Amino acid sequence: MSVLTLTIEGRDVAGQTGHTILQVARENGIAIPTLCHLQGLSDVGACRLCVVEVEGQRKLFPACVTTIDEGMKVTVNSERLAAHRRRIVELLFTERNHICSVCVADRNCELQDLAVEVGLTHFDLPLLSPQAVVDATHERFGIDHNRCVLCTRCVRVCDEIEGAHTWDVMGRGTEARLITDMGIPWGDSNTCTSCGKCVQVCPTGALFEKGRSVAEARRRRPYLPYLVAHEGRTR
Amino acid sequence: MTEAGTPTPARRRRQESLIPAGPVRASAHVCMAAGCLSMQADTVFDSLCERVTARGLTDVAVKRVGCLGLCAAGPLVAVPEMGRMYDHVAAGDDAALDGVVDGLAGGEGGRQTATDPFFSHQVKVVLEHCGQIDPERVEDYVAVGGYESLTKAVTTMTPAEVLGEVSRSGIRGRGGAGYPTGLKWTTVAKTDSPQGKYVVCNGDEGDPGAFMDRSVLESSPQQVLEGMAIAGYAVGANHGYVYVRAEYPLAVKRLTTAIRQAEHAGLLGPRIADTSFGFDVEIRIGAGAFVCGEETALIASIEGGRGTPRPRPPYPAASGLWGKPTLINNVETLASIPAIIGRGAEWYSAIGSGKSLGTKVFALAGSVVNTGLIEVPLGLTLREIVFDIGGGLPGGGKFKAVQTGGPSGGCMPESLLDMSVDYESLAQAGSIMGSGGMIVMDDGTCMVDVAKFFMDFCREESCGKCVPCRVGTTQMYHLLDRITRGLASRDELGELESLAGMVRDTSLCGLGQGSPNPVVSTLRYFRDEYMAHIDDHVCPAGVCKMEPREAALAAGEVAP
Repeated sequence: MSVLTLTIEGRDVAGQTGHTILQVARENGIAIPTLCHLQGLSDVGACRLCVVEVEGQRKLFPACVTTIDEGMKVTVNSERLAAHRRRIVELLFTERNHICSVCVADRNCELQDLAVEVGLTHFDLPLLSPQAVVDATHERFGIDHNRCVLCTRCVRVCDEIEGAHTWDVMGRGTEARLITDMGIPWGDSNTCTSCGKCVQVCPTGALFEKGRSVAEARRRRPYLPYLVAHEGRTR
Repeated sequence: MTEAGTPTPARRRRQESLIPAGPVRASAHVCMAAGCLSMQADTVFDSLCERVTARGLTDVAVKRVGCLGLCAAGPLVAVPEMGRMYDHVAAGDDAALDGVVDGLAGGEGGRQTATDPFFSHQVKVVLEHCGQIDPERVEDYVAVGGYESLTKAVTTMTPAEVLGEVSRSGIRGRGGAGYPTGLKWTTVAKTDSPQGKYVVCNGDEGDPGAFMDRSVLESSPQQVLEGMAIAGYAVGANHGYVYVRAEYPLAVKRLTTAIRQAEHAGLLGPRIADTSFGFDVEIRIGAGAFVCGEETALIASIEGGRGTPRPRPPYPAASGLWGKPTLINNVETLASIPAIIGRGAEWYSAIGSGKSLGTKVFALAGSVVNTGLIEVPLGLTLREIVFDIGGGLPGGGKFKAVQTGGPSGGCMPESLLDMSVDYESLAQAGSIMGSGGMIVMDDGTCMVDVAKFFMDFCREESCGKCVPCRVGTTQMYHLLDRITRGLASRDELGELESLAGMVRDTSLCGLGQGSPNPVVSTLRYFRDEYMAHIDDHVCPAGVCKMEPREAALAAGEVAP
């Protein structure tokens, strides 16, 4: 494994072959907003918040799945990227029913944090306000599809770490929904081990533990790196 | 079925071609592709057989063939020996059926294919055998020189020579993006993989109005299989998959027959042409998702997963199906290969112009007289395609635009009619070559409505994986919907343009990145139509139903 040198935000940094732009940036204290990425899980490049500019390339690259190259010049913050990121967060807020004041994850929500981080102060686009359901059939947990952002962290943690693959996605476009097993109520699932990892990794209030107050709904995420031997596995 | 006293034709079971034992003076080729079959071409075929037999024409053949091209005028019957094409030969239409039989007997009638511009302006490479051979008989394909190129490649050429020939031909991917085929093949060939490689034929054609791949698979499936085997030999793969949409049952059926027959004849399978090279092909049927035409989604679908794209790199050429190097080519690209190997790269690269060499099959649809399947050398102008080959607009309609490239493409206005149809010119005009759908629009078409149609398509077909495509296309659709209802403001048009740029820049795959194209290109050439909807609450084409302004104001749907 050899060491590569590159520039991120004008700073000379070094990283190992096969490491991603995101990894190297974070090692060097350069912040790149992410949502679907979670250390310890495979990366899917789906939320597009971490897109960065690479000099000499017209396309934007998702930092979480783009591996570094020798001499690469990466721009993490630019007016264009800031506008795109703000728009992505706006799209997520307008897609379903994200009403912070009545949410179990209020003040403990990555979507809320992102809105602050990217400076989203208002919506230019109308709310789509879909009629999404809540599945409270599981004895300990519940899922409120109104608050789901389809980051698929739960799908990956369930498949890759718990090994149960209870969660998956069905449907297309804005009709896409998380499902348990082949679309049966969560409580009827015979693959779910009730381990609760999905609840811990959910960035919003979509997956929640029953009987907990808002103040208690803090996620315990740092346990994940202890569960996996190494990070940065990509599919 | 044979009348007493007339000589017995060689053999004929129901639904099999009628071939006389002796020399053939004339033959009726009855189109059996999906378009004509939907107009009972099989009944036409039976009636023609009966009539030929009844007339005692013993030196006349009646053959089942694939697409004859002029799909709008079906059912079609061609008599190639006399250079004639009979259109609208409807089942039960005695006059039309007798007309064909009269022609076979030596009488006049039909269209002259040598002078009819629809036929005479075309150059057929991919469609060379369409309409000439029975797609369900491997013998027919072999009789016109089929599998000679494969035999030539595996017995007289090294894989490197095959790669060189394909590279020098200058052919580019016919699936839409136009990536140089030779380069793609060479990349896969150079990637070491002791565990094997794969060749995948992408037949997940889904652009609205496009049916090139379907027609090729229905009319000359062996040609595609031969192209795949040659590709396998060149890149070092022994296993191929054809991914076909479930919406093409006839193509699936004929392909299944073709694979069985080719394996039976020793043209596919182990030890092709007594060499150590073996190649087999399996069919995978799509479940109806447009996005599965995207190569990484297609691979996920073949592997049995959910058809969603993944970020590239790694490209399938490095890590594709089951993580092995995989060559993915479109049906049309692979169908061009036998001719390139058989006749040589120089012959192929003499067709076309500039960086766009060879021929391209287009499905001509919309407001045009000769709706159907055509193959032209690249570099012809839009005007030649729409007016000479297509015969112009029906009923003297006025030309407004032509759309290429499906939901990722754009609309070209009248001022671009003299533009050459090649990869670079189309990209410059804000469209793409795409897989080959070409939709002609007359002045009764509202361009905002067209943009809305394609956005609705993208919104529905978005796989839902990445945020910009999933939510962005939905929001753009809603904005376009408001414009077509006369509710939108200029600010909302600004929002639409800003969203278009963002979705193009940040989407994960080509479907999302290309989805704003219909909006951007119609805004570029037909901005006045958008402004008429917004400022004057009028749809200039009279298509969109404007909502009364007062009622909308009262309902709070518009800003005062």
